[in-house]
Amino acid sequence: MDIFNNLIFGFSVALSLQNLIYCFVGVFVGTAIGVLPGVGPLVTIAMLLPITFNLPPIPALIMLAGIYYGSQYGGSTTSILMNLPGETASVVTCIDGYQMARQGRAGPALAISAISSFFAGCVGTLLIAMFGPPIAEMALKFGAPEYFSLMLMALIAAACLSSGDMVKALAMVVLGLLLGIIGTDVNSGMARYSFGIPELTDGMGFTVVAVGLFAVSEIVKNLETPEKGEVFTAKIKNIMPTLADLKASIMPILRGTGIGAFFGTLPGTGPSIASFSAYMLEKKSAKDPSRFGKGAIEGVAGPEAANNSAAQTAFIPTLTLGIPGSGTMALMLGALTIQGIAPGPQVMTAKPDLFWGLIASMWIGNAMLVILNLPLVGMWVQLLKIPYRWLFPSIIMFCAVGNFSINNSAMDLYLVGIMGILGYVLVKLECPPAPLILGFVLGPLMEENLRRALLISRGDATVFFTRPISLGFMIAAILILLTMILPAIRKKKIEAYESGSPP
Amino acid sequence: MKVPLQDNKDFLAGLLMIGIGSIAFYMALDYPFGSTLRMGPGYFPRVLAGIFIAFGIYVGLRGLRTGEKVESVWGWKALAFITVSFWVFGWLMDRIGMIPSLVVLFFVSALAGHEFKFKEVVILSVVMILFAWAVFIYGLGLPYRLFWWD
Repeated sequence: MDIFNNLIFGFSVALSLQNLIYCFVGVFVGTAIGVLPGVGPLVTIAMLLPITFNLPPIPALIMLAGIYYGSQYGGSTTSILMNLPGETASVVTCIDGYQMARQGRAGPALAISAISSFFAGCVGTLLIAMFGPPIAEMALKFGAPEYFSLMLMALIAAACLSSGDMVKALAMVVLGLLLGIIGTDVNSGMARYSFGIPELTDGMGFTVVAVGLFAVSEIVKNLETPEKGEVFTAKIKNIMPTLADLKASIMPILRGTGIGAFFGTLPGTGPSIASFSAYMLEKKSAKDPSRFGKGAIEGVAGPEAANNSAAQTAFIPTLTLGIPGSGTMALMLGALTIQGIAPGPQVMTAKPDLFWGLIASMWIGNAMLVILNLPLVGMWVQLLKIPYRWLFPSIIMFCAVGNFSINNSAMDLYLVGIMGILGYVLVKLECPPAPLILGFVLGPLMEENLRRALLISRGDATVFFTRPISLGFMIAAILILLTMILPAIRKKKIEAYESGSPP
Repeated sequence: MKVPLQDNKDFLAGLLMIGIGSIAFYMALDYPFGSTLRMGPGYFPRVLAGIFIAFGIYVGLRGLRTGEKVESVWGWKALAFITVSFWVFGWLMDRIGMIPSLVVLFFVSALAGHEFKFKEVVILSVVMILFAWAVFIYGLGLPYRLFWWD
């Protein structure tokens, strides 16, 4: 079996002392920051991305992945204990998790959340190992027209399927593409949108955009209204779930893992819609749906499993096609690019140690999460007591020094400020920043492939519709657009998102 | 329900998009457009800017019809202090070294909060600067001066 050989190879990379340490640091830091209320995975990664730039590629990616699923996981802890979701994906966990905590069952809720996350994470990792290679092999045959159509479809899907206003999300993709143009045009050598600033002829730094859009806007939004006083923090008595809890959770975990694995691979949906769907399914298939919202353990197990398997399978399109489906995945892709690795199907063959090492490290990282979280939960709870007025200057410090360290240039920090203003205004006007970063990451590639495709076809724009694979992507893109314009389906999408919001 | 234009969420978003799109389009006029066969550096930007303006017009007009208000309050004060803290830090880094720059960063950014307790900020900056030294200088080996005399 090829997979096994590859996985063993991966483990040989991931189990090296250096990589183990970075994996641990990533998971630990990710959980610690993820636990903090008001600091979601996007902010965490945006803040720590510049730091990993100073590491070699494999440890950097392993650490970032650890931060990613660590913060995802830490967010669930906060949801259960404080009813404060760090991000949309853990909103659902709040509903029943917090109720369990109020009933004095915070321990079992956390344990079930850890167990379902671990199981789902393992399955998700295995799925990457299984489906990654064949997808990459297929993608190697793609020419420029196929790539352009694929990216177009991914961007449209990401904008349409994400929560919120579809038109604004599409507009933000376009804005991201425009920002991606900044820099020197590879074909003509002409500096575009550089405003006469020499630093901008190299393009706007990826971390500059990420920190400005996600970290600054998030902090300012949190500072709009005064900090809330004391929040109810549940006491944790015993961690162990009862046998009945475990039995009740098995099926929800399996179902949640399946749902999550499916939604994770789709652009735009990712962990949040996966956990909403899993919650709805559990509620529908339960014998007594009225228990939901009052501390049903299935309402924690299913969504948590979905959330984590989606978080893992989201790596499939990112690593094999070089096409990220969500804001966080765009950040991971950006990290690859910063490390000088061109993302795409060739990563697997050109850098097998990176690809398989990363996958193996995800499995190790998931195991570390369980070990780290159950016994240390008391420590994480202490972190919840840190007031926000201490946190945000510290976050700004990391963003500032980190961004400075990439080019040692003050200009990057001036640009962070400008992107921060833009990011905050956009967030206030409910223009989602995640599609923007997707457009920003894919922009240069899209222009390049569009040019190449049209050069091959001698300027004939129908080339995107005459090649079968490209036609398939185009049809899918048009279908997604059309279905979202139909009012009935749009209403359904809004319902799906709203049903998950806490009462 | 009548929402004043300066509070109209979509109208403002549309205005912003039209503004950015127009600047982008105007600037792209300087870049050769080329043809569909041989796209010049101006092709992609101009097409995108055009699409962006169109989105802006649609969103803006929709705002006039639906008239939804911007949620919560604008945190201009917080945004100003945080932006300035990035700018000042960047400007100072090459001039006075990392530690004094970070002290300034902490004091300016802490002003963005609702409470500013001098003692707390002093303690916070001491602790976090030690942490920053451990991570960036000791751990990652970044070659920055700590003070202006280094």
